[in-house]
Formats: sequence, C-alpha cells, structure tokens
Amino acid sequence: MYLNSVFLSPDRIQRLQEIASTSIGPLIEGAIKFTIPLALITFIIGLVIAIFTALARISSSKVLRGIARIYVSIIRGTPLLVQLFIIFYGLPTMGIVIDPFPSAVIGFSLNVGAYASEIIRAAILSIPKGQWEAAYSIGMNYSQALRRIVLPQAARVSVPPLSNSFIGLVKDTSLAATILVAETFRRAQEIASMNYEFLFVYSMAALVYWVISFILSIIQGRIEVRLDRFVGKSGGLS
Amino acid sequence: MISIQGLKKSFGPLEVIKNADLNIEQGKVVVIIGPSGSGKSTLLRCLNVLETPDSGMISIDGQQLDFNQRVSKKAVGAFRQLTGMVFQSYNLFPHLTAKGNVTEGLTTVKGVSKKDADEIAERLLAKVGLADHMDKYPHQLSGGQEQRVAIARALAMDPKVMLFDEPTSALDPELVIEVLRVMKDLAQEGMTMAVVTHEMRFAQEVADEVIFIDGGVIVERGAPAQIFTNPQHERTKKFLSLLQ
Repeated sequence: MYLNSVFLSPDRIQRLQEIASTSIGPLIEGAIKFTIPLALITFIIGLVIAIFTALARISSSKVLRGIARIYVSIIRGTPLLVQLFIIFYGLPTMGIVIDPFPSAVIGFSLNVGAYASEIIRAAILSIPKGQWEAAYSIGMNYSQALRRIVLPQAARVSVPPLSNSFIGLVKDTSLAATILVAETFRRAQEIASMNYEFLFVYSMAALVYWVISFILSIIQGRIEVRLDRFVGKSGGLS
Repeated sequence: MISIQGLKKSFGPLEVIKNADLNIEQGKVVVIIGPSGSGKSTLLRCLNVLETPDSGMISIDGQQLDFNQRVSKKAVGAFRQLTGMVFQSYNLFPHLTAKGNVTEGLTTVKGVSKKDADEIAERLLAKVGLADHMDKYPHQLSGGQEQRVAIARALAMDPKVMLFDEPTSALDPELVIEVLRVMKDLAQEGMTMAVVTHEMRFAQEVADEVIFIDGGVIVERGAPAQIFTNPQHERTKKFLSLLQ
C-alpha cells in the first residue's frame, strides 16, 4: 500500500514526468558538452601515448623499457579517482592550478595510455615475425615496416579490446564529477540534490550512459566487419 | 656476383655456420641442399642480413658488408635491396591485395609513383600467371598463388639476386609445379639465384651448381650431375641415399 502511494499515485506520476522533462535537457547537455568530448579527446591522446609506450616496452633500449614499465605500473597500480584528486586538488598546493576539464583530460589520457599500451603491445607482438622479415627483405626500415605492415595488422587485432576500453572510458568519465566537471553525472547530482528524487534522476543518468555505450558497440561491430574484409577467418599465415 | 668470405654465425653456443666461403657468378643458379639444421637456411638469410653474421664478409654486385666491423642500419637497408627473398611461408602482407603486396615496396621504399608502381605490379603479376587475381587478398589465394605473388613482390624491387628459402616446402604437391615453373623461367632469363630446396628434380634440371651443407660446413659442391651421380664425400652419399 505504502509503495503504491509512493510510486504510483497520479500526483507522483505527474511530478516525475515534470522532473523527467526538465532534467533530460541538462543531462543530455552534460553528455554532449562534456562526457562525449572528454571521452573522445582523452581516447585519442591516450592512444598516441599508448602506441609510444608499447613501442618503448618492446624496444631494445633498457632505459625506454624501464620508463614505460614504471609509467604503466604507477597508473595501473593506483586508483583513477586518486590520480584525478592529485591532479586537481593536489597540484595547486605546489602552485600548479589546472581547470577541471583539462585536469580530467590529463588524468584520463594518462590512464588510457597505460591500459591501451598493454593491448597494443600484445597486438604488435601477435603479428608473426615473418611479416617484419618480409618488410625488411623488400628494403623497409624499422619505422616503415611498423607503419605500413605491422601497425595496420595490429590495429585489426586491437579493435575489440580497444572498443571495450573506450566504452569503459565513457563510463569512467563520470568520475570527473568529483573534480567539478559539469558532465552528465554531475548534472544528475545537482538535479537530485534539489528534488531528492535520487532513484529516478540517477536512473535517467544511467540511461544516458547506456544509450551512448549502445551506440558505440554498434559502431564497433561495423568497424570489425569493415576490417574483416582483408583478414581471412582461417588465417593462412604461419 | 655474390662472394662470401669467412662467414660465421652462432645462435648462443650453437655454431650454425662455421667459416663459410662461397662465390656465385652472375646468372648462375645455385641450389643449396643439406639435412635440416645444417645451416643452409641461415646461410641464405645471412645474404640479406635477416640474420646478422658474427664475422666475415659478404659482397653482392660490388657492394660489400664487412661484419668484422659494426655495420650501420642504413648500409644493411641498402644492401637488402640487392636481393629479393622468397620465404617458405610466403609472408605476404594479409592486409594488402596481391597488387598491393607488389607495389608496397615500390611506393614506400623506392618512392615510385602509385601509377608507375601499379604498372610494374600488373606486368609482374601477369608474368607469374596471376593477371586474373591482382585484386584478391592473400587469404583468397591458394598457397601456390600466394608464393607466386611473393616472387612478384621480390622481383618488383629489381634485385640483382633472388634468394629462395624452401619456397615449395609448405605447398601441396600439385601446387609445387606452378611455383617451380616460375622459378625456371626466371633462371632462363638469366637471374642469379640461390635456392634452398628439397626438390632434387629442380636441382638436377635447373641448377648450374649444387652445394651440400652439413653441420654448418660446405661439404661438397659441383655440377648437379656430379653431386647426384658421383658424390665424393661420405656425408653427401648418406644424405642423398636417404632421399631415394
């Protein structure tokens, strides 16, 4: 009876409809202005960091390998939330003040860079040695063989795990709420703190994230089909 | 054309090539035979520096690499362009079409325009009998077709010498013939070739010289008729008798 009166009374339904129609705008605005750009920008920067980190990890230079290893170890071994707090709340005590959005970009990019470097490293190592040799045998140098022969094939191998990383990143950007970025989840917190409809407003925020993730997984499927054109299912390479 | 002096190569404690000396004259086809693990593939791979020799000298077409000193990456890159390599497992680039495999080196390494590279690729693919398969990806081709694309890819770089590392060992018997035919044509056109193979009939028909390697040492060399009918060394006799 109590539940009925709380959830299903005509008054209440009307109130929730009003909240839905007034809050969906700010939530979507938060997604379009912050969540999606933050995810896209940090993923691109993160991938560049990841490629160089992966190459450093498989390079013959001990120094490069060491630096890359330490970087990956620190980022993977500490919580993302703590990293964001260090950048946004910690650095100002040393006189380095960075705005919320750039702070988030730095934190998330470093994070993507470390995790994706492991994916890319594994993908590069999965390309048979014969591909490098064939590239060298027609006179290519290391960077030509890498760019023209190995990375295009490694990219194909990395699409599924990198897509997972990207979808994970979209959701992780909600942590930027804690460093005052006005993204989707922060908007939801602000709206809920005014009307106390926590379950309803946070569920709406969840829906926004789910829709974005759903669209991304469709795009992932399309990319995989496209790339499959030139990679035989049965392989054929030893 | 090719001259090897005092070549040595070890993998860890294992001495794979012990002081090899060898000359191959221009336009000659040399077939290298020997038991597995004898060092014959390693010798071939040293010729285009896919394996870096520990010491010794290799010269091809007047260009020399001295492995008793440090050799620069740039020198190795230039040296590799003197040779074309055909691998046992083809090693075609799976993300490129047959034509793309052939043009890749031309456009990326030699800076040839896309249009000229396409013309060269079309000519070479037609030459190896694949005019109808230019736009197929490697996984759409048979092993014999893949290996012929690989030959065209190597020829595109206009090498002075062609190296074949067991080019037919991964192929079904009926596909071996089409690859050997292309190699025969090349030999008749006067290409200098070094071929590691187990195809003794090819050796008898096409080779100017047969080299028998065992335990990292060149045991015996001579005309095919001599090696196959009248081998001088015990080890050669034993190896050839095992093949009968």
